[in-house]
Amino acid sequence: MPEITIREALKIALNEAMENDEKVFIMGEDIGEYGGAYAVTDGFLKKFGSRRIKDTPISEQAFVGAGIGAAVGGLRPVIELMSISFSLVAFDQIVNMAGNIRYMSGGQISVPMVIRAPTGAGVQLAATHSQSFETWLAEVPGIKVVCPSNSYDALGLMRSAIKDNNPVIFAEPALLYGSKSNIPNEYFEVNLGDANVMKEGDDITIVSYGYGSKVLSDSAKKLESIGIKPELIDLRSLNPIDYQTIIHSIQKTNRLVLVDTARKTGGIMAEISANINEKAGEWLDGPIVRVGSKDVPWPYNKNLEQEVLTDSNNILDTIKVSYGI
Amino acid sequence: MTSKQKIEKNKSFHDNDSKKSTKTLNSSNSTTRSLGKNEHLELFRKMYLIRQFENACGQNYANGNIRGFLHLYSGQEATGVGSLSSLKDSDYIVTHYRDHGHALARGIDVNRSMAELFGKKTGLSKGKGGSMHLFDASKKFMGGHAIVGGQLPLAAGLALSQQYDKKDGITICFFGDGSTNQGIYHETLNLAAVWNLPILFFLENNMYGMGSSIERVRAGGLDFFPAMNTYEIPSMEVDGMDVLAVREATEIAREKILKEKKPFFIESKTFRFVGHSYADGQKYRNQDEVIKWEQKDPIIVYPNKLIDMKITTNDEINNIKTEVDNVINDAVKFANESEEPSLNEIFTDILAE
Repeated sequence: MPEITIREALKIALNEAMENDEKVFIMGEDIGEYGGAYAVTDGFLKKFGSRRIKDTPISEQAFVGAGIGAAVGGLRPVIELMSISFSLVAFDQIVNMAGNIRYMSGGQISVPMVIRAPTGAGVQLAATHSQSFETWLAEVPGIKVVCPSNSYDALGLMRSAIKDNNPVIFAEPALLYGSKSNIPNEYFEVNLGDANVMKEGDDITIVSYGYGSKVLSDSAKKLESIGIKPELIDLRSLNPIDYQTIIHSIQKTNRLVLVDTARKTGGIMAEISANINEKAGEWLDGPIVRVGSKDVPWPYNKNLEQEVLTDSNNILDTIKVSYGI
Repeated sequence: MTSKQKIEKNKSFHDNDSKKSTKTLNSSNSTTRSLGKNEHLELFRKMYLIRQFENACGQNYANGNIRGFLHLYSGQEATGVGSLSSLKDSDYIVTHYRDHGHALARGIDVNRSMAELFGKKTGLSKGKGGSMHLFDASKKFMGGHAIVGGQLPLAAGLALSQQYDKKDGITICFFGDGSTNQGIYHETLNLAAVWNLPILFFLENNMYGMGSSIERVRAGGLDFFPAMNTYEIPSMEVDGMDVLAVREATEIAREKILKEKKPFFIESKTFRFVGHSYADGQKYRNQDEVIKWEQKDPIIVYPNKLIDMKITTNDEINNIKTEVDNVINDAVKFANESEEPSLNEIFTDILAE
């Protein structure tokens, strides 16, 4: 069981796919000569050559659109966006083209493509580079959205994402590239759409994903110290959402807390809250509680940014107040 | 790079370093003679098929069988038919929302095309796409795209797949003058040039982006092709009302793309005789302009030329018209009588297995 970083896990998955399938190629801004803004594809150009490791101009619409076209033409592109905030520039291509083309063609066309993009705040990149638009993209029916919180999931999800015959948004928490965890020696995949019960507990179900799942682990220790045993669920996938795992958990705990490190308003947790109310509200002994980052543009200043970003104290405080502990 | 290359005496070809082509590619009597009679008649048949298809669409929009937005190709037939007659089965086609003409020119089933407009189960996309989103992947016809300019990088990506797989085909991408003010137009031209993609950028310049004349919305004059110098993409201007000229220009472009392994750009000067969509009252343009362009109507001018040159006869032309009229009537009947899609179809074709 080697301990590796998420960056290394992604590298392993991409390298493996490139070696095993000639149809897989990677493109994006500065992924070749430069080695990638977060160094995930460092060394790939030398190994695989410029036919398969394609540096693109700074033209998100064109290279995302070209990726879609290449996928429609039978290839399996892995596209890197330098930030999920930049997905805005290519939103028409992602949503209107990748998300709708299969339906509009009556199922004649498929788009086997992965879009990788660092997501989230916490590294002082200010308002334009710190957002979490995986939550917006999760609304589109024709695309899948996943986000790993550890190396095992990064490797397993990426293996599945590249093999999937649909567009997959692969959001990578910018704060976690260097975060280490264990992976097994034997081959494994993580099914797109399966949540992970990170920790079992009887008292309260807490759901998050990506960097939020990391924050949950810290909160759990604090909760345990005051005698509460939380069950922690890492969504791993924002579309589809594994409601079965969440409902199964609240049938045991009867309490649900939803944690997001993205802005609270209009986020994925609002959607989950509404759905759980509709699907399984009768299992809850109290209201569903949401914790999210503050509804402001991301500030640059470190203290301000940390204050906006959801942390384990926010989770703890909210739980204490909501449940009168 | 040499200076402006002359393809033939009466045709101009615009290469990277020349500023402006002086003449448009027009067909001559000799190019007309170089084609066999059956090929001529097939070009006419397809143009007439499109015109009558569009007329039938208009009628069925008026009577409520077709809904949504309906953009007719009437007037631009020579451009679609001429260009697509020079393509091969291995070539991809990507187009804009005024797509009926390209679909029919590619030989896509008339019945299934009409049924798609009627929103029926037998339609190309089972009634899920409609007029603006026609697809037939079996003929490498990859849509029908309705965000102006949004289809450009899709086409570049298809061309990339052909280059990547070392396949012997090109991708043709149709777009209108309206799309040239989108940022994605510049992005895609640049990307295709930098990567030497086998793509034919095919501008259908009908001089109006919806109700906006290019004179009102474009800096830099009425010609688009000279700007291709910036991208080092060879380009050509062609009379888009002249089916043989368009056919020849496309043939030249296709050969050059495959031989020189780089993109090519054709600007086809054409005109739609009808409004932007069926609902358009055309308040933005003078009917004199429309009447002037109607003198170049390829449905009339081309068969007359063939008759004058004794390539065909009036009777033969009339026989084709009768045959096509029947095809269109049958298509409308087919669409009318086809079943509505089942409600289960709402939830299919969203994700691939």
